[in-house]
Amino acid sequence: MIMNIRTNPKKLRGFEHYVKVDNVSRRSILKGLGLAGGFVLAAPVMSRPALAAYQTGADKMPHGTVVDPRVFVAIAPDGIVTIVAHRAEMGTGVRTSLPMIVAEEMEADWSRVRIQQAHGDEVKFGNQDTDGSRSTRHYLIPMRQIGASARSMLETAAAKRWGVPAAEVKAVNHEVVHSATSRRIGFGDLAADAAKESVPSVEGLKLKDPKDFRYLGKGQISVVDLRDITVGTARYGADVRLPGMKYAVIARPPVTGGKVASFDGSAAMKVSGYQEVMAGSAWPWRSSVQPLGGGAVIARKTGDATKGRNAVKIVWDDGPNGKYESAAYRAELEAAARKPGLVLRKEGDVEAALKGADKVITGEYYLPHLAHVAMEPPVAVANVSGDKAEIWGPVQSAGGTREDVAKTLGIPEANVTVNVTLLGGGFGRKSKCDFAIEAALLSKELGAPVKVQWTREDDVRTGFLHTVSVERIEAGLDKSGKVTAWRHRSVAPTIASTFAAGAKNQAPFEIGMGLVDMPFEIANVQCENPEAAAHHRIGWFRSVSNIPRAFAVQSMVAEIAKATNRDPKDMLLELIGSPRIVKLDSVKDLWNYGEPYDSYPIDTARLRKVVELVADKGGWGRSVPKGHGLGIAAHRSFVSYVATIVEVAVDDKGKLTVLRVDTAIDCGTYVNPERIQSQIEGAAIMGMSLAKHGAITFKDGKVQQGNFDDFPVIRMDEAPGVTNVYIVPPGPDTPPSGVGEPGVPPFAPALINAIFAATGKRIRAMPIGKQLEA
Amino acid sequence: MITLKINGQQKNWDGDPDLPLLWFLRDEAGLTGTKYGCGQALCGACTVIVDKQAVRACVTSVSDVVGREVTTIEGLHPTGDHAVQKAWRQLNVPQCGFCQAGQIMQAAALLNDNPKPNHDQIREAMAGNICRCGCYQRIENAVHLASTGV
Ligand code: FES
Ligand code: FES
Repeated sequence: MIMNIRTNPKKLRGFEHYVKVDNVSRRSILKGLGLAGGFVLAAPVMSRPALAAYQTGADKMPHGTVVDPRVFVAIAPDGIVTIVAHRAEMGTGVRTSLPMIVAEEMEADWSRVRIQQAHGDEVKFGNQDTDGSRSTRHYLIPMRQIGASARSMLETAAAKRWGVPAAEVKAVNHEVVHSATSRRIGFGDLAADAAKESVPSVEGLKLKDPKDFRYLGKGQISVVDLRDITVGTARYGADVRLPGMKYAVIARPPVTGGKVASFDGSAAMKVSGYQEVMAGSAWPWRSSVQPLGGGAVIARKTGDATKGRNAVKIVWDDGPNGKYESAAYRAELEAAARKPGLVLRKEGDVEAALKGADKVITGEYYLPHLAHVAMEPPVAVANVSGDKAEIWGPVQSAGGTREDVAKTLGIPEANVTVNVTLLGGGFGRKSKCDFAIEAALLSKELGAPVKVQWTREDDVRTGFLHTVSVERIEAGLDKSGKVTAWRHRSVAPTIASTFAAGAKNQAPFEIGMGLVDMPFEIANVQCENPEAAAHHRIGWFRSVSNIPRAFAVQSMVAEIAKATNRDPKDMLLELIGSPRIVKLDSVKDLWNYGEPYDSYPIDTARLRKVVELVADKGGWGRSVPKGHGLGIAAHRSFVSYVATIVEVAVDDKGKLTVLRVDTAIDCGTYVNPERIQSQIEGAAIMGMSLAKHGAITFKDGKVQQGNFDDFPVIRMDEAPGVTNVYIVPPGPDTPPSGVGEPGVPPFAPALINAIFAATGKRIRAMPIGKQLEA
Repeated sequence: MITLKINGQQKNWDGDPDLPLLWFLRDEAGLTGTKYGCGQALCGACTVIVDKQAVRACVTSVSDVVGREVTTIEGLHPTGDHAVQKAWRQLNVPQCGFCQAGQIMQAAALLNDNPKPNHDQIREAMAGNICRCGCYQRIENAVHLASTGV
């Protein structure tokens, strides 16, 4: 979910940015907003560096940021303010929170604000990759600037109309007021004049004083789609219906990289309703987000297409991944983890320190592949005609989808329109737009609009799985029990292999997730990455490599506590050490979630704080009945700090119940605490799903699971009794940081540590599954 | 020719009588509020009410519901203000929202059957409806709220 490799971030930087814009049709936004005569886009787009108390990595993303109010805001003569949401909504609330920031700064009244979803166009809107828990941290300041610019233009227009100095007027709740003369004009009446004003320079903008915020940080505003969701009118990818649209379900190679050897569609053709069956061997696996190939069944209803697909007879040529087998592969990873690997971080002399240690504790932690199983399986609609293509779909990366569809079809990007629907969950899966490309290819071939629907089995078997990993940690202790050496080897097939076949070492954005950025105060530290070959497409999964890393590191903390007879929370704080900014001079390529280290350093004071807060609020150390246990874990990811305490009960048959979850998060300055709470509640469920049930396994190169029966996720009857969330109030000018993902990593180790406290059983391989049954 | 009654309206179908109701609703009747999540009665995203019972539309064929009343999320309440829908909004239940039509239909059927379910009854009745976003705490609270008056 972190990085989109599709675009060279250096491309389209600087001046080309401005040049390109002139080719963009300005009509489209006018048409889209339907607001001729109001405050609408009428000038070239400008991209300007954000002026802020802190810097973010936003401008290093493909196409950077755009802060022109005329791109994002339209005011109709009736006063309705339309704000563009340019990021994808997959449940985090971003479609509400970013426009809310604009509304706050421009003094718009939220009840008169409407949201318009941006189509894919990064030149116009800036980067649209909705992943990496980045939206708020990259866009808080740009959105405030957009709002402040719009407000200033409205104020200037009003001042001119009254013939008074601009300093005497003030925008308040959807109107501009001149208090000296008690005059006021509504935003709608000012729209046409304001549109003629020049956009003020960012440097001169005055942002609101946070104490005057009406919406930001309050959590009083519900998401804009709430009503539609409850009455069934919210529109997701599969809900798009076009006249003459055909429905397609595809039989993809069950082994990654496999090909069609022979294809017999006659049985499928016999079933009523089938229109066509196509053998598609023209789409070889190209080591990217390209479709896997296979054969498509086209029908008048999705149900018929699915039935037909299941009747198709295909002989596959499995290729070199046909021998992939999970148990054997685990043994390979373990063997690799027991040998030296590429050294990524080195402080002191770990080898000598381990040799000289009074005690060495070694833990090897295994996490199998995981599937995203977003509630909405991948789906997209495409209408390709001539050299034009229009796509509708639940894509996390609207701009990337546009680029990839254009490239695949060999047409200019300007000829591709990507309409972003709501996403029925994303979790990183929908940052790859292979399903939209499939729809585009089929539509081109059939000369008709096509909907490609993935079945749940397709989603589980042929997606982009979370990697499989062995994390091996050796901790050396001196006589007093102090940890003096820490060697962590991480072995896992890399996401980079999906984009560059044969990649065997993890990328900076993977090793930067809890391996080389380990925050403990230990004299001798070494982090290594032995090689691992991928045999399936590996992708981003909510919080990515932080899952195995937090599992390993935070389990090891509790293992050391046990070995030295200390309280796990005290042990954790001792290892985190003194409040300081962690220096990582030996790490060559410190990714830091794409953020500048100055603005977003590893600050152990903040990590300590969430531990202390959750320990206090969550009642760490309270006495619990026999068979119950408390576990704690803390982890920094996506530049946020999270600590979780879980209370479990394990009965004598090994039945596990999670009674209570307490989580503290420090995500810096925040916009909508109500949605932060819901993200953390959800992270507990996702963390529990992967800890208790999650395992995708392979045999003969094929995924052995297919649906929620053999790849179960947590249901309500297993869900935690209660989940409490504590949000650390931000300091002044604390930069915002991630929320969507950071809640996930600490959950599983907190749970596993709690199980240990309850039973004395140490789980080192996930999922827990039946391991607790005697 | 099969005639169905969906949200009080007659709908005709002359195609495959075995077509799952889910695809008739979505692809033929245009009632897209009912979702596909698994196709195997494992997730509850496709839950509709047939007569008074919550039913998984993905494993129910169109011919199974001839002569019965099918209610989808679109027809649950004329203005979308069923107690369950109101409770869902009051507690800001949804995240991505994709599972929620199914959750709401399941909850409505539960309350119809048992107007005052306790904690365990709610958890049991709702266990067939997966929410991958993990809104369970709020779903449970919202069912409780709907049962006690919104
Ligand atoms: S789609 Fe019917 S239960 Fe999942
Ligand atoms: S709200 Fe996303 S699956 Fe339930």
